[in-house]
Amino acid sequence: MKRRTILSMTTAAVLALGLSPAHAATVAEGDTLAENQTFSYRLLDQFPTLDPQLNEETAGSHVLRQIMEGLMTQDAQGNLRPGVATDYEASENNTVYTFNLREDARWSNGDPVTAQDFVNAWRRAADPATASPYAWYVELTQMKNAAEIVAGEMDPSELGVEAVDDRTLKVTLTKPVPYFPAMTSYATLMPIHMPTVEEHGSDWTSPENYVGNGAYMLDELALNEYFKLVKNPEYWDAENVIIDEVTGLIINDVNQALTRYESGEYDMLEPLPAGTYPRLKEERPEEAKSVPRLCSYYYAMNQRPEGPPELKDPRVRRALSLAVDRDIIVDQILQGGQQPGYYFTHNATAGFEPPEIDYANWTQAERDEKAKELMDEAGVDGLDLKLIYNTDENHKKIATVVSQMWKQKLGIDVTLSNMEWSTYLDVRREGNFDIARVAWCGDYNEASTFLDILTTGQEQNDGKWSNEEYDKVIAESKTSGDPAANYKKAEEILSEDMGIIPIYHYANTFLLNPAIKGFPMENVENNWYVKDFYRVAN
Amino acid sequence: MLAGRPAVEAAEQAAHMEPVKGRSLWQDARTRFFHNKAAVASMVILVLVGLFAAFGQFVTPWSNEEIDWALLGSIPEQGGPSWENRHYFGVDETGRDLYARVVQGTRISLMVGIVGALISVVVGTAWGAIAGYVGGRVDTIMMRIVDLMMSIPYMFVLILLLVVFERSIFMLFIGIGLISWLDMARIARGQTLSIKNKEFVEAAIATGVSTPRIIARHIVPNLLGVVIVYATLLVPQMIIFESFISFLGLGVQEPSTSWGALINMGADNMRNQTPWMLGFPLAFFVVTLFAFFFIGDGLRDALDPKDR
Amino acid sequence: MTAFILKRLAIAVPTILLLIVFSFLLMEAAPGSPFATERGVPPAVLANLEAKYGLDKPLIQRMGIYIYDVVVNFDFGPSFKFKDRTVNDLIAQGFPVTLTYGFWSFVVAVAVGGTLGVLAAVFHNSWLDYLAVGISIGAQVLPNFVMAPILVLIFTLWLGWLPGGGWRGGQIEYLILPVIALSTSYMASIARITRSSMLEVLNAGFIRTARAKGLPMRRVILRHALKPAMLPVISYLGPAFVGMITGSVLIDVFFSTGGIGQFFVNSALSRDYSVIMGITILIGTLTVLFNLLVDVIYAWIDPKIRY
Repeated sequence: MKRRTILSMTTAAVLALGLSPAHAATVAEGDTLAENQTFSYRLLDQFPTLDPQLNEETAGSHVLRQIMEGLMTQDAQGNLRPGVATDYEASENNTVYTFNLREDARWSNGDPVTAQDFVNAWRRAADPATASPYAWYVELTQMKNAAEIVAGEMDPSELGVEAVDDRTLKVTLTKPVPYFPAMTSYATLMPIHMPTVEEHGSDWTSPENYVGNGAYMLDELALNEYFKLVKNPEYWDAENVIIDEVTGLIINDVNQALTRYESGEYDMLEPLPAGTYPRLKEERPEEAKSVPRLCSYYYAMNQRPEGPPELKDPRVRRALSLAVDRDIIVDQILQGGQQPGYYFTHNATAGFEPPEIDYANWTQAERDEKAKELMDEAGVDGLDLKLIYNTDENHKKIATVVSQMWKQKLGIDVTLSNMEWSTYLDVRREGNFDIARVAWCGDYNEASTFLDILTTGQEQNDGKWSNEEYDKVIAESKTSGDPAANYKKAEEILSEDMGIIPIYHYANTFLLNPAIKGFPMENVENNWYVKDFYRVAN
Repeated sequence: MLAGRPAVEAAEQAAHMEPVKGRSLWQDARTRFFHNKAAVASMVILVLVGLFAAFGQFVTPWSNEEIDWALLGSIPEQGGPSWENRHYFGVDETGRDLYARVVQGTRISLMVGIVGALISVVVGTAWGAIAGYVGGRVDTIMMRIVDLMMSIPYMFVLILLLVVFERSIFMLFIGIGLISWLDMARIARGQTLSIKNKEFVEAAIATGVSTPRIIARHIVPNLLGVVIVYATLLVPQMIIFESFISFLGLGVQEPSTSWGALINMGADNMRNQTPWMLGFPLAFFVVTLFAFFFIGDGLRDALDPKDR
Repeated sequence: MTAFILKRLAIAVPTILLLIVFSFLLMEAAPGSPFATERGVPPAVLANLEAKYGLDKPLIQRMGIYIYDVVVNFDFGPSFKFKDRTVNDLIAQGFPVTLTYGFWSFVVAVAVGGTLGVLAAVFHNSWLDYLAVGISIGAQVLPNFVMAPILVLIFTLWLGWLPGGGWRGGQIEYLILPVIALSTSYMASIARITRSSMLEVLNAGFIRTARAKGLPMRRVILRHALKPAMLPVISYLGPAFVGMITGSVLIDVFFSTGGIGQFFVNSALSRDYSVIMGITILIGTLTVLFNLLVDVIYAWIDPKIRY
């Protein structure tokens, strides 16, 4: 489990120097607040749980950020800001962290939030009896004994975290992790009110029992329908929280969701139905937004021994990549401000220097010509590839278009195979494909979150592409003074050998009611806190 | 059963009468059917749809998977039906010719309907006729199996099947085949029960005709009227069924398509100023189903002597 | 009658047991795991999850435990995805919703469809007949996944009369659109069945006699014709009920009603085995019981039926 590595030194330095101001919504000058301070948004699917330690997906994380608060939170740019902790000290080698907790942090039932609440939560997350699907996250922090506890070899009480007193939390890591404070903003490491859990068992997450320490409290919850949060008067910064009520509507069908948005039912629709962004941008220029989102879309090529021999030839892989007209995909299919991808790491990743990719600057005609040349050189004829993707409107469109590009330009037959999510994951993991659609979202804002997964032996490297030189460059980046140079080099190797076919870099397209202010457009991880929002009168 | 003289006589009589009687019955029915204007018009429509499915591809230069790159990106403005670029029905959301796709979708949808109906006719009729004719314990067991299968929430099971196994047209046929014959078996059995005590059957038994032969030669032909009516009404139901499966995203694989998949795609683009994407497939779907229902009703009226 | 019901129940029980075994084995054969994610789950975490849900035991033992819990305790176990809820919780939340809009759709379908069918038969071959037939076929062939968005477009976006989705405890304005979308195709079927059986009854001897005696048409229909004409309709109610429950898949997706259909589809897609099995078994059992009920009603109305 060495999936994540050291953040670049620059980022670490920022963390050590200081944090951005903690306070919630600041109303811009000239804005008049609306009388009715509410915010409502659409969710695609019901989140399975609001238990922070059991949560494993985005929809639940969004809600947890409102009703729970970790040691740290993120500001509008994605920088760290104080949450329950006011500040922290890191030991010289970044292995021991001491967090100072604020005096006035309270649970929604009035109890003070203590360091012990964090200790309990973190032990709970690692405890095999809890069986948290995100137990690996605790391991990832490199907290002492975490891996052993998850494996059931040690008691949870041996975890490397202790409450020195009510206001001081001390964490011991086995390895230097300069970005540890950043990791505490994620749901898994949020605190928990153990008396509530002990009293109600798994029912503690229902609205009548829920005790949280966030700016909002869970008020109503009807599965697959909606939920409602109300302002938490016990929250330490409650006086600066402006929005009183948050409603989430679960609307499964995206077109239905759009119709209901247009009828004025709620404030934020994310993401937009495939292909509607241009029309909406024109009709509702104030509302339609497109911001970079830290995910990259690519096609993996099966490099396993049993995979198609043709794909083991770098010339064929390169030809396939050259023949993909990314401009058509981003400008004519997706049409939502996505960026064409010629390398893997998302172009908006912090501190990332884009590599020089020769064919990125060619015209498509030049690329096509080169692609044909390469295919001739490789002597490949009558190739038939199986392309798998999971059921989704956009994946279907891209697969359709790419298969036609390959067919028309290179004479390759492509069999499309659309499967639903779980089957697709299974088939992909077993390598029962030639080409697979994959997307990877950064876990944190740094290039290694992308590049690491393509190293040899990584679970997520489903194409099983392997390149010694690449592995070496990535390994060196962990201890390098200038990892950005390593990342750039790695991207160049990847592109030279065409280990994957990068397609595009994500953008988040959404509709936001212009009356809602304070949405963090520059947070590329799409982490938002309603306590920063306010609604203006119009 | 007694094989006395009267029975033999009756059998002889039946042997002489049956073809005559049968012919006149069918002739009658045909006359009545052709007097039903809606049914005749539907018949014509259906033939046209069939011809469209069979030969429609020959009049277009586009295939069902080829992308018109020139239109991609400006489909709402330029992707509509047009003679100049020979997209008679416009293009779909990825710039593929909608006409060619409707032709191919029509093939799949008709095939689903007809295969479903065929399975039901073959399996259902045989099942019902055997159960009804043999009777006794065999009947009980066979009909209990039908009852049992009918109580399975089939749509849920089909969703499971399609989700669990890699989906294909073959899987869809299995799913449809599993359920389509159940009603038919019940109907055929009921009809068999009323036929089996008729004189000509008893006569056949008396003259020593074997059971399978009686079922094949005497029972089944007399079930045909009911079976045909029911099968005609089953075809549109199967097509609707497939469209629901397609709506769930569990239908045929790209680049193949079906009416359900096309309509679903059109409905998704309802707000994108591309009305042809919904209009053409939906028109084919609705018109064809109307035709099947009218023909089914017409056949029933024609074959049901009670309504004379 | 009691013997008849008992006999049917005796068949129902093995049917339901078979259904349990069948859905269990189907889930067993399914590729994909409820715990699979894009990033992959480390073996230690996976082992903990499997231990928690008892997946580390052998198949036969698990099936035995499962059947025992379901049959004896009515306990479908914990949901694999909704980590702090049991399948019983989810069903308790979703099923009343589905039952509510299913019930009203049923009432609307029978009332409107029945009336339409009777009118069409009584005024056979008049414009009313053609209109009724046209409407009923039209309603049957327009896919409800096309109708649902159009309804929302008209009543929510353009007219602003009704909410486009949600449930809010089943308030009437939240109920209308789902009921319309769900009931139309069943309404159409009922109209067609009523029409043809009514036509048959109206041509029967006893009705002709009644009319020849000079009884007014309305009285003839209400007193004499309606009951026998409804027999085929009653036998259609079983499949119609199942259809309504199945239709909830679509209603929940479009109207965010939070019924059982959405839970089913989501759990099938995410391999939430216990939820899939729970819902399949529940629906199967209800189907069996409902068919039984229909048979009983049928036998009660039509004394000619032997049992």
